[in-house]
Amino acid sequence: MVLSGPARWVLRILAIAVLTFVYAPLALVLLNSFNASATFAWPPSGFTLDWWSAAAGNEGVRSAVLLSVEVALLATAIAVVLGTLASLALVRYEFFGRDVVSLLVLLPIALPGIVTGIALNTLFTQALGGLTFVTLVVGHATFCIVLVVNNASARLRRTNATLEEASTDLGATPWTTWRLVTFPALRGALVAGALLAFALSFDEIIVTTFTAGPGLQTLPLWILQNLFRPNQSPIVNVAAVGLVVISVLPVYLAYRLSGDSATATTK
Amino acid sequence: MTTLPAPSSWTRRVQAVLHRHPRLRLSGLLAPALLWLVLLYLVPLVLLLLTAFAETDSFTGQITWTLSADTVLDVLTTPAYLFTALRTVLVAVGVTVLCAVLALPLATYMALVAAPRRRPLLVALVVTPLWASYLVKVYAWRILLAPEGVLGGASPGYGWTAVVVTLTYLWLPYMVMPVYTGISALRGSYLEAAADLGARPWTTFRTVVLPVLKPAIAAGSVFTFSLSLGDYITVQLVGGTNQMLGNLVYANFSTDLPLAAALAVLPLIVMAAYLLTIRRTGALDRL
Repeated sequence: MVLSGPARWVLRILAIAVLTFVYAPLALVLLNSFNASATFAWPPSGFTLDWWSAAAGNEGVRSAVLLSVEVALLATAIAVVLGTLASLALVRYEFFGRDVVSLLVLLPIALPGIVTGIALNTLFTQALGGLTFVTLVVGHATFCIVLVVNNASARLRRTNATLEEASTDLGATPWTTWRLVTFPALRGALVAGALLAFALSFDEIIVTTFTAGPGLQTLPLWILQNLFRPNQSPIVNVAAVGLVVISVLPVYLAYRLSGDSATATTK
Repeated sequence: MTTLPAPSSWTRRVQAVLHRHPRLRLSGLLAPALLWLVLLYLVPLVLLLLTAFAETDSFTGQITWTLSADTVLDVLTTPAYLFTALRTVLVAVGVTVLCAVLALPLATYMALVAAPRRRPLLVALVVTPLWASYLVKVYAWRILLAPEGVLGGASPGYGWTAVVVTLTYLWLPYMVMPVYTGISALRGSYLEAAADLGARPWTTFRTVVLPVLKPAIAAGSVFTFSLSLGDYITVQLVGGTNQMLGNLVYANFSTDLPLAAALAVLPLIVMAAYLLTIRRTGALDRL
C-alpha cells in the first residue's frame, strides 16, 4: 500500500483545509481589531486603529494586564525553583516511587481545569481563610511546575552525568558543581521552561476563576467579564489579540532556545 | 592559580555532609516540589472528595462537616444531573471522534507526504495554536458563528453543533501530535515491505497501519476527552442556553460547595474509567 499520486494530492488538500480551519478563526479576530465597524460587520467597512488606542487607554485593560504579568512572573519564579530541584532528583537519582512523583507533577494539567480549580478553591476557602492574591499565585505555580520539570529533565537526560561526577572527584562541593557544571548546561532549558510557564499562566482562566481573590481581574477574566457587553466588544477584541501575542511570543522564544520540538507540545 | 575565597565554615560543613550522603541530597532536591504538590494539590483533591460528603446548612450557607452521603446520592439519582452527565460524555465522544477524523489526513500528510525539511514548520503550525489563549479561541468562534457574522446564513448558530465544533477546534493539536508521531513510525519501508510480501492494501492497513494508529489515537483521546469533560466556558459562549457538567459545578460552587464537589467527582469517575479502559492499548506510556 504505497501512497499513489492522487492519494498524495487528496492528503495535501485535506491538510491545507484542516490548517485553514485552525488559523481562520484567529485571523478573523486579528482582522476585526482593525475593522472600522464596531459590530464587526462583514466585510469590514474600513480600516481603523481607534480600537487599539482605545484599549491602550482603558483603565480596566491596563490594570488587568499588569496583574496578569505580576501573577505570571511570581508563579514562574516559584515553578522554576521547585521544578529545577525536582528534575535533578527525578533524572539523576533512582528512588522508590519515582514514577508516582512524575505523575503527581503532571496531574495538575492532566485533570480537567475545573477539578483542579474547585479543589484549590475548597482548600483556600474552607481551610485557609479565603481567596487572595497569594492563592491566585499559588494556583498558577502548581500547574506551572510541570513545564519546568519537563524542559529541565529533557536537557538533563541529554547531558552526561559523568561531567558532574568528574567535578565531584576533582574536589568540587555540590554547590560548585551546580554553579560551574550543571547550571550552565541547564540554563537554556530553564529559560525555555520559564517562558512556557509564563505563557501558560498568562492566559489561564479556569483555575484563575476559582482562586482569584475578590476584585482581582487578570486579563482573561477581564475579557470574559466584558464579553457580553456589546459596547465593549471592539476593546475586548483588541485585548484578545494582545493576549494571544503575549502568550505566543514567549513560546516562540522558548522554542528557539531549547531547540527541540518536544518542549512546546506538552501544554 | 586563583584562590577561591574560603566559604564560611558552616556552609562548608553542610556541603561536606551533603557530599557524603546522596540520600540527603535527594531528599533536599525532592522535598520542596513534593511538599508543594502534596499540600497544595493532593490534599485539596482529597478535601474535595470529603466535601462531597459534607452538608450545607440551609440557613447560614456554611458547611457542616457531618459525614453524609445525601449529596452524592442526590447527584446519582437526580435524572437532570445524570442527563447532563450523559450529554457531556456524548459531547466528549463526538469531539474525540471529530478530532481523530481531522487529525488523520493532516498527520498522514505531515509524516508521509510533506518534504522532510517542511516537517518542523508543519509541527510548529499545529502546536502554536495551543498557546494562543484558550479564551480567545472560544471567543473567535463566538464571533465566527454570530448570527450576523462572517458565515452569515451558513452558521449553525449557538448550540450543541457549535459546542462540538469549537471544542474540536480547541483540542485538535492534542490529537494531531501523537497520530503524527505514530504514522512517522511507518516512514521508511514498512508499507513497501508489506506490499512486496504480497499484502493487499486492506491487509496492510489492518496488520501494519492499524496497530500503529490505535495507541496513537488513544493517547490523543485522553486529552480531547478529558478536556471536553471539564469544560464550561465554551458552552457558556457558544452553547446558547445548553449546559454541561462543568456549568453545574460552576453554578453551584459559591452557594453549595458539597453539591459542586459531588458534581465535580462525576467527570473524575468517568475519566478514571476511561483511563482504565484504554490502558490496555499502551497509550498511557506515550503521554
